[in-house]
Amino acid sequence: MKASTLTIATLLAAASQSTMAAELDLKITNLTQGIHFTPVLITAHDSEDKLFEVATEASTALQTMAEGGNIAELVAQATAAGSDMAANPAEGLLAPTVSAMATLTTSDGNEYLSVAAMLLPTNDGFVGLDSWKIPTEAGTYTVFLNAYDAGTEQNNELVVEGSGAPGTPGIPAAPGGNAGTGGAGLTSTDSNINIHIHPGNLGDDDLTAGNSDLSNTVHRWLNPVAKLTVTVK
Amino acid sequence: MSSFKNFKKSALILALATTLAACGDNDSNEPDQVVAPTPAPTATSYEFNVTVSNLTAGQPFSPVAVIAHHEGTLWQIGSPSSVALETMAEGGDNSQLLTFENGIANASSEGPVGPGANTTITITTDTLEVLKLSLATMMVNTNDGFTGLSAVDVSTLAVGESIMRTTVAYDAGTEANTEAAGTLPGPVDGGEGFNEARDDVDFVARHPGVVTNEDGLSSSVLSPEHKFDNPLAKVVITRTQ
Repeated sequence: MKASTLTIATLLAAASQSTMAAELDLKITNLTQGIHFTPVLITAHDSEDKLFEVATEASTALQTMAEGGNIAELVAQATAAGSDMAANPAEGLLAPTVSAMATLTTSDGNEYLSVAAMLLPTNDGFVGLDSWKIPTEAGTYTVFLNAYDAGTEQNNELVVEGSGAPGTPGIPAAPGGNAGTGGAGLTSTDSNINIHIHPGNLGDDDLTAGNSDLSNTVHRWLNPVAKLTVTVK
Repeated sequence: MSSFKNFKKSALILALATTLAACGDNDSNEPDQVVAPTPAPTATSYEFNVTVSNLTAGQPFSPVAVIAHHEGTLWQIGSPSSVALETMAEGGDNSQLLTFENGIANASSEGPVGPGANTTITITTDTLEVLKLSLATMMVNTNDGFTGLSAVDVSTLAVGESIMRTTVAYDAGTEANTEAAGTLPGPVDGGEGFNEARDDVDFVARHPGVVTNEDGLSSSVLSPEHKFDNPLAKVVITRTQ
């Protein structure tokens, strides 16, 4: 009984404050050992204008980000939707264990946070957060983010220069090094074309041949891959 | 704040009134008087929609079992699986699990849920007090891997309110993870489901993941797309009544 009245009270409080703007300090940390993030996009938006939704097909804008790290289309989409955003807070790649900071003032009605950035080296992997409700109470909150597969490109694990464009198979770059060449290409029958949890890089132990150009001791990860710290002022 | 209490009270009064009216009818000898007082079944019926999205690359889920209960759990980390859980985790057959001894209601998705797909299961109970929901499903391209939620408290959910949870992978510990031909009931193999032998650690734990034939387990019939990482599923529970 106590709990239910508390829930109602919380709901009422939330309802009365739901249109209020918020001042946020954001910090995103790459928790992986050997995976780089391409420019990170953080948006505050209403319940509709999310960057992506799991178990649905990726938009072309999301695909463009996930396959090549280009957030321009997502930024354009978010701008058109009236979202508030922090685009590219790291001013480039976010290396393993490094953090990037941003401040964000949200407009009325933009009550949710979403995050997206490509994972390198992967074919169409990205770190993501879909519609995390921004608390109305001041304080510091921690959210852990998972690695997703956009479902738009087969994970052949071949590093191919210029493969960042949507529809061009391959991993555009391996900024951390340790990637090889000459792989035959992993053949995958992954038929899940919706956004899903990334099954992980496989890699192999032969950097001049084998199936994958990735290293099986360097380019793997387990979830979560990022930490987002949100301070509501 | 007190509106919820009041609602409960008035519902109770309504229920009492109906009971009294019914008594009155029984006492009087005028059967014609049974002008069915509009029943108020909604007052004591609680309904939840449970939407499960499969977030894996290539692990179809067996029919998803949803169980409403007040106490107990379908599994416990470190304890041996029940035979009902073993049957579900090795072969995807949830019929025994649905009859969980502490269950007060149960429901199952009509069929399996493929990678990227989702399903909604409706479960109805006649009580809300300390109500818990548990759910379980097998990753069918594994030996005895399953995922689910254990005893999620839904007793404070208001009508129309939702909670979102993600699930992690568990290993029933009842069958060695050989990934070998003939041992996986899923579409990758079409092999055996449940068998009563327990040739593994015999306790439930978090799943270590699958190895696959491209990663050093040459006898595995699994490929990289069958690998998974947590979370396995997204679950949204909405109270609809």
